[in-house]
Amino acid sequence: MDILKDIAASLMAGDDKKIVEEVNQAIEMKMPTTEILDDGLIAGMNVVGEKFRKDEMYIPEVLLSARAMAAAVEVLKPLLIAEDVPSRGKVVLGSIQGDLHDIGKNLVAIMLEGAGFEVVDLGIDVPAEKFIETALEEDASVVGVSSLLTTTMPKMKDVVDLVEERGLSGKIKVLVGGAPLTEEFAQSIGADGYAYDAANAVEKVRTLVGRA
Amino acid sequence: MRPTIRFLDDQLITRIIDEARDLLRTLGVTIHNQEVLSLLGDHGAEIDLSTEHTRLTDEIIDAALKTAPSSFQLFDVMGNQTHDFSGDNVYFTPGSAAVNVMDSATGDARRPTTADYIRYAKLVGGLKHIAAQSTAFIPADVAESLQDSYRLFLSLLFCEKPVITGAFTKNFDIIRDLQQIVRGSAEELKEKPLTMISVCPTAPFKWTEAASQNLLDCARNSVPVEYISMPLSGFMAPVTVVGSLIQHTAETLSGIVISQTVNPGTPVVYGGAPAIFDMRFETTPMGAVETMMIDCGYVEIGKFLNLPTQTYTAMSDAKLLDAQAGLETGMGAALGALAGANSISGPGILDFINTLSLEKLVVDNEICGMTFRLLEGIQPREDFPSQPLFEEFLRDKHLIIADHTRKHLRDEIAFPGPTIDRANRARWQERGAVTIGQIASSEVERLVLEAEPTRLDKGKQAQLVERMERAALSAGMDALPQRDA
Repeated sequence: MDILKDIAASLMAGDDKKIVEEVNQAIEMKMPTTEILDDGLIAGMNVVGEKFRKDEMYIPEVLLSARAMAAAVEVLKPLLIAEDVPSRGKVVLGSIQGDLHDIGKNLVAIMLEGAGFEVVDLGIDVPAEKFIETALEEDASVVGVSSLLTTTMPKMKDVVDLVEERGLSGKIKVLVGGAPLTEEFAQSIGADGYAYDAANAVEKVRTLVGRA
Repeated sequence: MRPTIRFLDDQLITRIIDEARDLLRTLGVTIHNQEVLSLLGDHGAEIDLSTEHTRLTDEIIDAALKTAPSSFQLFDVMGNQTHDFSGDNVYFTPGSAAVNVMDSATGDARRPTTADYIRYAKLVGGLKHIAAQSTAFIPADVAESLQDSYRLFLSLLFCEKPVITGAFTKNFDIIRDLQQIVRGSAEELKEKPLTMISVCPTAPFKWTEAASQNLLDCARNSVPVEYISMPLSGFMAPVTVVGSLIQHTAETLSGIVISQTVNPGTPVVYGGAPAIFDMRFETTPMGAVETMMIDCGYVEIGKFLNLPTQTYTAMSDAKLLDAQAGLETGMGAALGALAGANSISGPGILDFINTLSLEKLVVDNEICGMTFRLLEGIQPREDFPSQPLFEEFLRDKHLIIADHTRKHLRDEIAFPGPTIDRANRARWQERGAVTIGQIASSEVERLVLEAEPTRLDKGKQAQLVERMERAALSAGMDALPQRDA
């Protein structure tokens, strides 16, 4: 359908005004909501993701596409709720206790929101308990923990341990990241995932919530 | 403001030029060409036909400098303007006339073939920051007497960019004919130059029979010439930078006098390929910092004389695409460009101009791109007043999708291609932990594969082939090598 191609094109161009008009038009045409979502929006976003991986699109353009995606989803929301289509997921984010750095973590938050996830940002110097309590309160399935210092890295294990202690393994997944981290470190503390940069964090969250 | 670099003040430049002119008046120049000598004699130079020597006068030098154009343009095979050699405009050209090509598969330097040359020409077509082809290396699978014209022939058939080339024989007629076929006539070629020919004096103060004949032929056909004086400091030139510059100036001025006396107004470029002489290894390092200083120095002198300039800086003496290759090429490209040389030769070259590497050419293309960004300098772009932008920053906590960022991102930041690794370690590892050489090698394959065939008229292509085949027959070859690479 041409309208779905138009929606995908507007999404790739990051045009949040045009896409709203087109989504409304598709709804008026009685097009199934999941079709608009899957064959228009997500199809467009997949191209954006592919171009980003090939260095053909940069973060600002990806985020603009994401903003257009959010605007389109906002229009579809009442229909998605009515049809009981599940949300993309919620992520609790923060820099680990003792760590006052937040630039990388903020970029992850921006990218996740851009990809349609809800983000609860706890800021810096966040104790393990706070991550878990917030995840339970907010019904978030992923906790993203950031660290820039080798001295605060060991504290990340507290979050993983706490998830296990409270019997939340599998229900709350822990994703770790930060400049000094490695995949090996993430595995050694038993984290569910490791992201090497903000774009990679989005891919990892998608995998963890089962929406890859 | 365009950033520039200067090594000489006007007073020193004037002293160097005065000294060079004095050498031309007193010691003179040897020119192994009776026709050129007679012509110079007709214009007031003191000549001795028996020793093939001339002493130039101030009048003949001044007249030459007066008629030499301060700018000219080059046009591609399709007739579109690609170069404007004026002011501080900078264009990069691959280094030229290497005897070896770096074999991508084995990593060894070897004699090049027609197939190598075609790959090279196709590659240059896809390199954004390289404005011209050069006849970069010499295919060894044709008769020696044809090697100069044959390179040009392949260049004109497989890439549309104009060609910086040279002749090592007196057979200028083939080189001229090939160009006239592309343009359609001698008049059109004069109107829209397609090539620039490098012609080299021999140190000290000598023009060989072939070189002086080339100057004569180029001038008569209004084909632009770049003079490539090559003082070797400490061996075939004084060891000092200033002494080498005096020699370079005298040799280059004598070339200008020959061209302008033959055909006043013929386009010329104040170029060169000097080097220091490394007495430890008996080599002529093009990547030495002093070599680059001589280059920048003569570019300043050329500009002082109000002439277009060329320099041979963006290259390396390393044997492989390694750290030395990067540092020497990067430094040379930046210095040459900051000095404002109009044509900078060298990308792709290794090993004292003996070897051309296609992989290095891909990497050097990135160096050229970064250099162009450097030349744009620092300029305000909607930065005043800054308060609204910082208010937005404070409000949104970042500027990553701000209008200001999106509007100026690509003007302010020149994002290089895949050969320059800027991924973090994990992403680099995920992409196979490849070296710059490996990425460059895949880029060579990709660009050669994606190269579009030339849009040159099929009839003209057939005429080029016919002309070259005729030359091959005269040179004793039964046929030209296959061109199906």
